[in-house]
Amino acid sequence: MTSTFLPSKQSGPDTGPPPPVADRGRGRARRRTLNWLTATGFQLPALVLFIGLVLLPMLFALYAAFFRWGGFGMPSDYVGGENFTRLFQDEVFLGDLWRCLVLVVLSLALQLPFALAMAVLLNQRMRGRAVYRMLFFAPYVLSEAITGILFGMIFAPDDGFADQVLGRIGLEGLGGEWFADPSTVMATLFLVMMWKYFGFHMMLYLAGLQAVPKELTEAALIDGAGPWQRFRNVTLPLLAPTLRISVFLSVIGSIQLFDLVWVTTAGGPDHHSETMAVTMFQYGFKRYQVGYASAISVAMFAISLVFALAYQRFVLRRDLEGATTTMRGDGK
Amino acid sequence: MGDPALSRRGFLAASAAAGLGMTALTACGGDSDGGSSGTTTIEWWNISTTEPTKSVWAALARKFEAQNPTVKVKIVQLENDAYKSKMTALTSSGKLPDIFHTWGGGVLRQQVDAGLVEDLTDRTKPWGDALLPVAREPYLIDDKAYGVPFDIGMIGFWYNKAHFAKAGISEPPTTWSGFLDAVRKLKSARITPLALAGKEKWPGMYYWAYLAMRTAGAEALQKAYEDKDFTGAPFVEAGEHLKELVGLQPFQKGFLGAAYSSPTGQAATVGNGKAAMELMGQWAPVVQADAGKGLGKDLGFFPFPAVEGGRGAITEVFGGGGGHALRRDAPQAAVDFLKFFASEATDRELVKKTGVLPVVPAAESAIADPNIKAVQAELKKATGFQLYLDQAYAPAVGQEVNDSVAALISGSRSPEQVAQSVTKTAKEEQ
Repeated sequence: MTSTFLPSKQSGPDTGPPPPVADRGRGRARRRTLNWLTATGFQLPALVLFIGLVLLPMLFALYAAFFRWGGFGMPSDYVGGENFTRLFQDEVFLGDLWRCLVLVVLSLALQLPFALAMAVLLNQRMRGRAVYRMLFFAPYVLSEAITGILFGMIFAPDDGFADQVLGRIGLEGLGGEWFADPSTVMATLFLVMMWKYFGFHMMLYLAGLQAVPKELTEAALIDGAGPWQRFRNVTLPLLAPTLRISVFLSVIGSIQLFDLVWVTTAGGPDHHSETMAVTMFQYGFKRYQVGYASAISVAMFAISLVFALAYQRFVLRRDLEGATTTMRGDGK
Repeated sequence: MGDPALSRRGFLAASAAAGLGMTALTACGGDSDGGSSGTTTIEWWNISTTEPTKSVWAALARKFEAQNPTVKVKIVQLENDAYKSKMTALTSSGKLPDIFHTWGGGVLRQQVDAGLVEDLTDRTKPWGDALLPVAREPYLIDDKAYGVPFDIGMIGFWYNKAHFAKAGISEPPTTWSGFLDAVRKLKSARITPLALAGKEKWPGMYYWAYLAMRTAGAEALQKAYEDKDFTGAPFVEAGEHLKELVGLQPFQKGFLGAAYSSPTGQAATVGNGKAAMELMGQWAPVVQADAGKGLGKDLGFFPFPAVEGGRGAITEVFGGGGGHALRRDAPQAAVDFLKFFASEATDRELVKKTGVLPVVPAAESAIADPNIKAVQAELKKATGFQLYLDQAYAPAVGQEVNDSVAALISGSRSPEQVAQSVTKTAKEEQ
């Protein structure tokens, strides 16, 4: 059973009043040309920048990925798909893919639910609500480099804040080498990512929660729904568009993760925290194997693109169709 | 009544186009150097971001300007790693700064091969040839000089004399087995024997490179690179010796994540007395005092010990310095500046104030620090020289050495695998 609660005012573009029937064809054509010229004039600066700084470099990276190229002069040593076959034999790159997956799963399984819980909590009427919101959002405002240096010091083995505090309260056993131990480095990294980004997702959810009409929750209350039922069957379905966007941003962010890793561990120890972007940087700017680095960047782009398209096609389609307020009875 | 609207649109379109033109014009204007007034501006890119070097160098630039009123020196300073990345980008754009920092070796050779670096062989005669030969070596490519040094030095062990005394080590070890004994003694005296910056990889490479020099001889590393073959028995043996050391667990806690010059890094660990030794270059005392407290009189230096039965001698030196190269067709003012910077007066000032080793033989008497004197003494009696591997080799090979030695230290690669992966990368780099 499908029921629409809100009038769908926003559906469909505004078509405006119908044009006068007896307009002269010549004038219309002239106006269209002028319209086109104006639009082009306004778009040109952005277009030039976009083509020059985004599109052409991307195409060039794709071109360079087929060469063995050290970054000097123009690429000339054509090697076909060699760089790409090398990718799939490169233990580090395959590890990057695995670590990317781990981060995505951890983000979806821990970070987003945590952010949602905080958002629901901070959506209640309570004293100091604004202060909490600001505090939780603050880490997101910090730059990645500052965050990295900060946590590098906090998680310094023995002398760092984390180990000292754990030692003082008698929990030395929980302390350790954090970033310096191959077996704990990913967990530590994720901890920092969670600290830094959950506030952002929390803000998204808060904004989404504001848009949930009170009448619905009240109606559910009158129907005898408990708190969990109200959350599960009213709030959550209405929050779904926000959730879907936040999942999207989180996954794309995990695929492209660089700054935080570079500053805290530079991918180490022994590649145990390396991401695709870090590997690409290593090859491009440390080893001067720009052709191979380009292949990595093309692979990253392809993964992001495939994910983005698939996600839009299968998950965001409902949102994009403007069916945001359609709710199904069982919430499925 | 449609006309005013039309003309307004036309106006908007025109002004948008005009705006574009303006930006294009200003973009052109920003590019020219304003050299019309008869002064030459030379850009000097260096990595001296720490004090006291930073202000000493700036003062030298002002002094040069005072002596050459028609020349302006524009200083651009970047931190070491940022500089390397920035140079990669600049090199691929094909335009380098007038004067830029270089370590010589394989990286410089790549830039030379790309036709971006000025051949200084004739333009620096005769003063360039009079500089310390070992200091000039990294910048000689096919017997042509492409750079002028301002510093030269070597890697060796910097140790804490108080810790050594406490552990009952009377003399710095001169053999590898003696060194391992010293490590064991320090461990049983509950002192961390060595500090290592595992995150940065290059400090770990020093161990493997020195061991390979000791087992295979000083010439072997360059020869192996040229032959693209690191699988010889002495290289595997070097890895095994390093594995012996790692097996003693001599490094500080969490060394795999430690940086070099950060407040919790390798230099600070030694400088604060938390580890007894580090294998580092001539700049170590300065960084120890900058990142940590510094050891003062307790600090000592000894060369990397010889390996029993190896072909290399203890007097063979692994190290490097710093120098400046010029972009191709750099103005004469840039050459003049290099000459000024390599003059005896400047070198004396650099030695006295910034702790570098002299490249002008006559400036040697300016050394006051006993540790720098010790390094200088070792350098003077050197019977062989090998530049830092990550500079001597093409970047990919140098990084592969760093990477695979780091993997050896963390236990994920065997000595044989290190030799094989370095060989593989060397072969790929034709």
